[in-house]
Amino acid sequence: MRGMAGKTLYDKIWDAHLVAEQDGEAILYIDLHLIHEVTTPQAFAGLRANRRKVRRPDRTLAVADHNIPTEGQGLGVGAVADEEARLQLASLERNVADNGIEFFPMGDIRNGIVHVVGPEQGRTQPGMTIVCGDSHTSTHGAFGALAHGIGTSEVEHVLATQTLRQKKARNLRVMIEGTPAPGIGAKDFALAVIGEIGTAGGTGYVIEYTGDTVRALSMEGRMTLCNLTIEGGARAGLVAPDETTFDYLRGKPSAPKGGAWDIALSSWKALFSDPDAVFDREVRIDASAIAPLVTWGTSPEDVIPVTGVAPSPEAFPNPDKRAAVVRALEYMGLEAGQPIASAKVDVVFIGSCTNSRIEDLRTAADIVRGRTVAPGVRAMVVPGSGLVKAQAEEEGLDEIFRAAGFDWREPGCSMCLGMNPDRLAPGERCASTSNRNFEGRQGRGGRTHLMSPAMAAAAALAGRIADVRDYLR
Amino acid sequence: MKAFTRLDARAAPLPMANIDTDQIIPKQFLKTVEREGLSRGLFYDLRFDGDGGPRPDFVLNRPEYAGAGVLVTGDNFGCGSSREHAPWALMDFGITCVIASSFADIFDTNCFQNGLLPVVLKPEEVQALMGECLGGNHMVSVDLEAQTVTSPSGKVFAFEIDGSRKTKMLNGLDAIGETLSAAADIDAWEAGRALTHPWLERAG
Ligand code: SF4
Repeated sequence: MRGMAGKTLYDKIWDAHLVAEQDGEAILYIDLHLIHEVTTPQAFAGLRANRRKVRRPDRTLAVADHNIPTEGQGLGVGAVADEEARLQLASLERNVADNGIEFFPMGDIRNGIVHVVGPEQGRTQPGMTIVCGDSHTSTHGAFGALAHGIGTSEVEHVLATQTLRQKKARNLRVMIEGTPAPGIGAKDFALAVIGEIGTAGGTGYVIEYTGDTVRALSMEGRMTLCNLTIEGGARAGLVAPDETTFDYLRGKPSAPKGGAWDIALSSWKALFSDPDAVFDREVRIDASAIAPLVTWGTSPEDVIPVTGVAPSPEAFPNPDKRAAVVRALEYMGLEAGQPIASAKVDVVFIGSCTNSRIEDLRTAADIVRGRTVAPGVRAMVVPGSGLVKAQAEEEGLDEIFRAAGFDWREPGCSMCLGMNPDRLAPGERCASTSNRNFEGRQGRGGRTHLMSPAMAAAAALAGRIADVRDYLR
Repeated sequence: MKAFTRLDARAAPLPMANIDTDQIIPKQFLKTVEREGLSRGLFYDLRFDGDGGPRPDFVLNRPEYAGAGVLVTGDNFGCGSSREHAPWALMDFGITCVIASSFADIFDTNCFQNGLLPVVLKPEEVQALMGECLGGNHMVSVDLEAQTVTSPSGKVFAFEIDGSRKTKMLNGLDAIGETLSAAADIDAWEAGRALTHPWLERAG
């Protein structure tokens, strides 16, 4: 019986934040609300129209990331060329000032992609509930926090009440076990999970990632894994906190200090699924069997090993899927049966909240060091935050990338969604470390292949999609 | 939020699965600070060609579907980005009901915040409805109180909906106002939390 069994980590965090229930909906307390320029102007306008105040400005943190340029940030918002983007950024500045919300403006070394900044500042902590008007808020689940994306009406709701009205999701456990081959990492595991369950496979669930492979991942790797949870349809992904988590947090600016650290730590150590907890569904992934993965199509579930070929529509019995495959092949400019490693790339993008942290840049730099980007390829690295950029520069990674022919940019979402000037032209093919290969995502008519930072680095060197295992040292 | 009770309208069939919110409204329309006027960007790349001219064969450009109030579409509609601009754009265009065999989670929630009704029917029912809407008559009627969709030929399909969401939708209730009626509970909870999790009070 469900009621008799132990609790999952999700159950525990849920129960700990349940304020009240109102006609069948839970009112869940929100510990941390991250906001950015694109999904909040209408929420603040709603507050003003109803003469409501921000309940807990101290539980709210603002960044400017989605539409900012990745060069000339030091010149300030006034110098942003795109007028609409400039207005949106100015509107955020006014809203945070009016409401006393902490804000890292464009150009501040602490600013960057919201899902890089929260953890790096130590604002993201185990056991918290965290929301943001951005679907990749699932990233913060890497710390054992219940974190998910919300829409703008819910942003307004959280600003006004510091709570969210929710229905409880079901529990899905994804066990990843086995030792991966060299060159294979968190991005490959995440793509393997989506390939396995499909883009709607996680709908209605919260995923907990377990298994020795997950335990062995760094915090950066866990963030990559949880980040892509939403691409499998689940709102939130969780990894139970452990020493890796605590080591990462210790000393971060907003992490508890001294005696407070000890109290927090003892509370965090209780954050795990009970051994007798019951999951509604389980999925197993054998990490030792995974080859470097890439997407061939226009959905993150269109995953194949780099040694594979673009599929043939006839292989799909379902007529809708067959039609989707025909459309995707045409959009991507691929022939059925074509080896994916033969696809020439025009652009390489290393960045986004999935893969722009220091470890991602180190991995890519390791492949790139002493080599050159293939002629005709436009390759760029966009660090996730000003602090990641500074750290990378201290380690000389920028020099490695620059010497190889990469463009070294300032932080932001950049070509992940192309709201700023970093975009694909129609028909351009991009090896990208981001999270969405939807039609037009990186620019109208642009063709995106998702892959790991190491794989993207290899693609830049080869000028086509390439097997990173040929580039390992 | 606008109330939704009953709708008699033209239904436009869009037989594609996994339509993501980037397709419903592409990034270049997200720079607005308003909720209105977003219909301009609705299905932009599907509706318009590279030069901004309408694609005549796209369903919402076809005269027989002019003024459509209902969209009938494939599985997992609204996946991807959390942008609420997607339901805003649909509503601004005049579409207040989407019928599909499943919806992505965040999009589904965003619809309910705005009075746009997402109706889940069985895949074969969606197929049947889609087939009828491709024919000469596209008028459907959606009754939220009765939880039914009536097809152009008069077939009636029943759908499930969460009770509390239904009530809010029927009455156009403001979720924030409702939650604020529990302000005393929130105050008490917060005070308790400050005692058990003192370090969080220092954050920021
Ligand atoms: S990097 Fe991309 S996915 Fe991540 S928050 Fe920015 S736009 Fe969203």
